[in-house]
Amino acid sequence: MRDTKRTEKIAFALLLAATIVVVTPVLIIFVLILFRGLPAITSEFIFAMPREGMRAGGIFPAIVGTIYLTFGTALCSIPLGILAAVYLNEYAQKNWLTRVIELAIINLAGVPSIVYGLFGLSLFVAFLGFGSSLIAGSLTLAIMTLPVIITSTREALSAVPKSFREVSFSLGASRWQTVRYVVLPNAIPGILTGTILGMSRAAGETAPILFTVAAFYLPRLPQSMYDQAMVLPYHIYVLSTQVPNVSVKIQYGTVLVLVLMVFVLNIVASYIRAKFRKKKTW
Amino acid sequence: MKRPFEFIIEKLVLISGLASIIFVVLIFVFLLKEGLSLFGQENLWGFLFGQNWYPISDPPQFGILPLILGSFLVTLGAIIIAVPLGLASAIYVAEVAPSGIRDVLKTGIELLAAIPSIVLGFIGIVTLAPFLKNVFHLSSGLTALAGSIMLAFMAMPTIVSIIEDSIVSVPKSYKEGSLALGATRWQTIYRVILPAASSGILAAIMLGIGRVVGETMAVLMITGNAAVMPTSFLQPVRTLTATVAAEMGEAVAGSGHYYALFAIGIVLFVISFAINLLADWFLHRGKKKRKKR
Repeated sequence: MRDTKRTEKIAFALLLAATIVVVTPVLIIFVLILFRGLPAITSEFIFAMPREGMRAGGIFPAIVGTIYLTFGTALCSIPLGILAAVYLNEYAQKNWLTRVIELAIINLAGVPSIVYGLFGLSLFVAFLGFGSSLIAGSLTLAIMTLPVIITSTREALSAVPKSFREVSFSLGASRWQTVRYVVLPNAIPGILTGTILGMSRAAGETAPILFTVAAFYLPRLPQSMYDQAMVLPYHIYVLSTQVPNVSVKIQYGTVLVLVLMVFVLNIVASYIRAKFRKKKTW
Repeated sequence: MKRPFEFIIEKLVLISGLASIIFVVLIFVFLLKEGLSLFGQENLWGFLFGQNWYPISDPPQFGILPLILGSFLVTLGAIIIAVPLGLASAIYVAEVAPSGIRDVLKTGIELLAAIPSIVLGFIGIVTLAPFLKNVFHLSSGLTALAGSIMLAFMAMPTIVSIIEDSIVSVPKSYKEGSLALGATRWQTIYRVILPAASSGILAAIMLGIGRVVGETMAVLMITGNAAVMPTSFLQPVRTLTATVAAEMGEAVAGSGHYYALFAIGIVLFVISFAINLLADWFLHRGKKKRKKR
């Protein structure tokens, strides 16, 4: 008896140790980025064009490029993702077609990000002739984030109780009217959380935009959706591997700005989720 | 009678539902369209098992075996590190941790998932690589080992959250039955809960592997990028993904090099397809087994 108790203690201590090994680096990474990055953050760094081969000046075009690209992605993927989730949750029967769609979503989620880059290059950049541009990058990222949006929207839709739909049907509403006026309004917080998380992922991606939109050095703002653009993730790649003698301060500063953008989106998403959980009355 | 608006919107919903299938097919078709052109100048055997990747020499050689082995080595290392750690933390979070600490730990692991891979790559260059260089007295810390360690952490959120889910979904009655028979909590965990969650654990490992094989930027930045046959973890290597990312920018559209990079894309697509189907099969098997009981 004593022995099994001691075994349990040792086992739990080991489990705790492993968990600490997993979580501590996260903490270290954040502290490092925050403390090394903060000194770089000045209004010039945020709002000026890069100078001296990106070794001085600011990162304004990369910030704007990332915002444009993320909005472009949202514009393409959110409506499509929500409708797809509506189909799966409200219309689809449980048959082989639904199963194939589910498998397709799982596979889209698992395709390596660099393969999306190749796909975007051959379809949008070359075949459709968009060239390396914001629209090509947005469409590539939109397809990549689609599984995240579909999955989370579907979860939000299926959390709406069946009785809501039954009441709506019994009042004579059609299926679409039920979806539009009963199901969707009740699922909006869940949908928002999922889509914002999807966008935060898109904002940080590098591999899919390498050949579809990213410009190495372009000290002006993009003029149209057929323009190339500088974007933060690729800019970090350039600063840390392609340009020699960039000061550590500028590198960490750029990393901090990207991490902040991604985290603001994440925090907004969890805030909506938390608020919604409290309010939920059914 | 349906109104025309409703008819149109329902068709739109249906098309959106089918979009995922269409995109998977489109991705595969466009990879094939470019990638298969390679096999006019290189045979499949020479591509998959050739030991020399010299895409721009004359004549070029397109053997991707060193890249496949590079990916394999880095993935193997990452899984050896990630699976025990991930399994242990998932058990700790799901079964042992007090609820206040549990939320903190879960948030920490979620935060790890939210960090963009380019940021982890950068952190790897400035912290992990110099550390490994000092510890192992290397000329450069950018090695397969650095890649494995970094990737282990990137796969961790996937592995931990799926294992945790499958542990939590083990019916409570199993646990209560075991405890009632006088087993300790630890005995219950490894004799009852883990076997019952085994399908989920296998799926988590598969999806973790998928994440690791497909990861691009961090690997490109910290594995040292040497397209040679790898012999040890302390050597620079180059993976399939990193090769595409590093070389596509310079490859001339329509050249053998360009087609070869797309052919690598096909290989990656097929690998990820197989891994995901397998993981899905494990997950479904787990659900079915449970229903039978």
